[in-house]
Amino acid sequence: MTQKNKEVCIELVLKLSGTITVLTTFGIIWVLFSESFSFFKEVSIVEFLTDNQWTPLFANKRFGIMPLISGTLLTTAIALTVALPLGLSIAIYLSEYAPKRLRLIVKPLLEMLASIPTVVYGFFALMIVTPFLKTILPNISGFNALSAGIVMGIMIIPFISSMSEDALRSVPKSIREASYGIGATRLQTSFRVMVPAASSGIIVSVILAFSRAIGETMIVAIAAGQQPRLTLNPLVPIETITAYIVQVSLGDVPHGSLEYKTIFAAGMTLFVFTFILNNIAFWVRKKFREEYE
Amino acid sequence: MNRGYINRIKDKAFGLVGLIATLFGLLILTFLIGQVFYEGYNRIDLDFIKSLPSRKPEKAGIYTALAGTVWILFLTTIFSLPLGISTGIYLEEYTKKSRFTDLLEINVSNLAGVPSIIYGLLGLEVFGRMLNLGNSLLAGALTLSLLVLPIIIVTTREAIRAVPNSLRMASYGLGASKWQTIWEQILPASMGGILTGVILAISRAVGETAPLLVVGALAYVPFAPSSPLDEFTVLPIQIFNWISRPQHGFSVNAAAAILLLLTITFIMNGVAVYLRNRWQKKHNW
Repeated sequence: MTQKNKEVCIELVLKLSGTITVLTTFGIIWVLFSESFSFFKEVSIVEFLTDNQWTPLFANKRFGIMPLISGTLLTTAIALTVALPLGLSIAIYLSEYAPKRLRLIVKPLLEMLASIPTVVYGFFALMIVTPFLKTILPNISGFNALSAGIVMGIMIIPFISSMSEDALRSVPKSIREASYGIGATRLQTSFRVMVPAASSGIIVSVILAFSRAIGETMIVAIAAGQQPRLTLNPLVPIETITAYIVQVSLGDVPHGSLEYKTIFAAGMTLFVFTFILNNIAFWVRKKFREEYE
Repeated sequence: MNRGYINRIKDKAFGLVGLIATLFGLLILTFLIGQVFYEGYNRIDLDFIKSLPSRKPEKAGIYTALAGTVWILFLTTIFSLPLGISTGIYLEEYTKKSRFTDLLEINVSNLAGVPSIIYGLLGLEVFGRMLNLGNSLLAGALTLSLLVLPIIIVTTREAIRAVPNSLRMASYGLGASKWQTIWEQILPASMGGILTGVILAISRAVGETAPLLVVGALAYVPFAPSSPLDEFTVLPIQIFNWISRPQHGFSVNAAAAILLLLTITFIMNGVAVYLRNRWQKKHNW
């Protein structure tokens, strides 16, 4: 084989492997759509979106996705309430206040929080955080959204802190120094100059953390319970979309049954949520990236 | 009190808030590891590692789960490493800016954001049912390979992008072909960064639970798998199974298994960070 042919062959092989990622996307969409489609032949989409009960595994079957969505959004909201103030404070502290050596040590340590397998966080939520919450809130259930949400918040702190810190540090030094030059304190510089200048990166980090929390599975499957419930009460057991998929996977649901198809309809709902969030993040990053020379 | 004074106080106060927030994060990390260590350390011995699963917590071990994890680690590396690196090379070296590359780029960034459990649904249908692999190791490893592919692609691209163009031009100037340039110059120069990405990706795969549960990995497997077509369990699933049982003995087992899983994850991440630092020092273009 001549060198020329070899080059062409190699390029083709590389291109083929690139196509695998496209095929993966099509595969995901196709699997979710086709199974959901046959689900919606048996259950009306109106019932799916408006019914307030989700009981596909009971004798009296109801197929309203709302309780699963509310469970998902409830744990996510709790997680963001924990992670946003902490993550942003850490990011601003590390980029604007901390000495360089401290930052170089602390940042990788905090990123360790993100590398811990989520099943470990589930253990933490169920065995340590829930018993602790019980001493403060005696009527909290053994499974609840609060404990799962708090622990999920801890898990996503490094997503927000690391990415926001990167965004803050990519703002040119001259801008910070100009602010100091006119007599601003570090706090004023942080919030009136640096945060606005890095806002697109910070927003992206928050959206990605949001999307990550919605798709998080093991913490909620272990610590939040398996009772789909349309409620905002964080003290009672609930069920998220992801936890429902796990629940069905653990059971013995025959392939092709309506129960089997529910996990694809639920997965489709989850996919739509995260897809929208990820694309907003991608768009913000492309559109509002501040370019400094 | 004048305003400058108040502003300085506020400034100091926020510094304190930031420090406390940072310490809080580190404290949680220490507490988490400490707690697991305290609960599980005494449970770890050779018997715990060599024993098969059992109904009695004090007799149960992680042998089958550990074997499954090693299999998954091995198979996932075989599948995802060549695919991820060649896609990264293709995107960085072969494509000109076009609609197609834009699409590929959005696609990879989207795939990185798809929740892992969705990959489980994909694996269940495509590998489990259509390719008839059922709940075998192969189905699980293929699913995880797709899951970690975006991580490898992104880090490969970053590593290649860090190689200065002058190196490329020098190689062309000596008459090397495109592939010769990539194989002889660019890959060796970016290997540190690429390996970092691969290790991080594999460490992610080792800790994943949800997609494997959906594909159908079992909590109870009486024997260690001996071929890629065997049923399997992995450490995270074994941990999940033990956490869901009421007896205290099982939660001690879970803590011990977590300790091992964390050790594996942290070692892999440590090696990745070490490689990245060494590579950055060596190649300071």
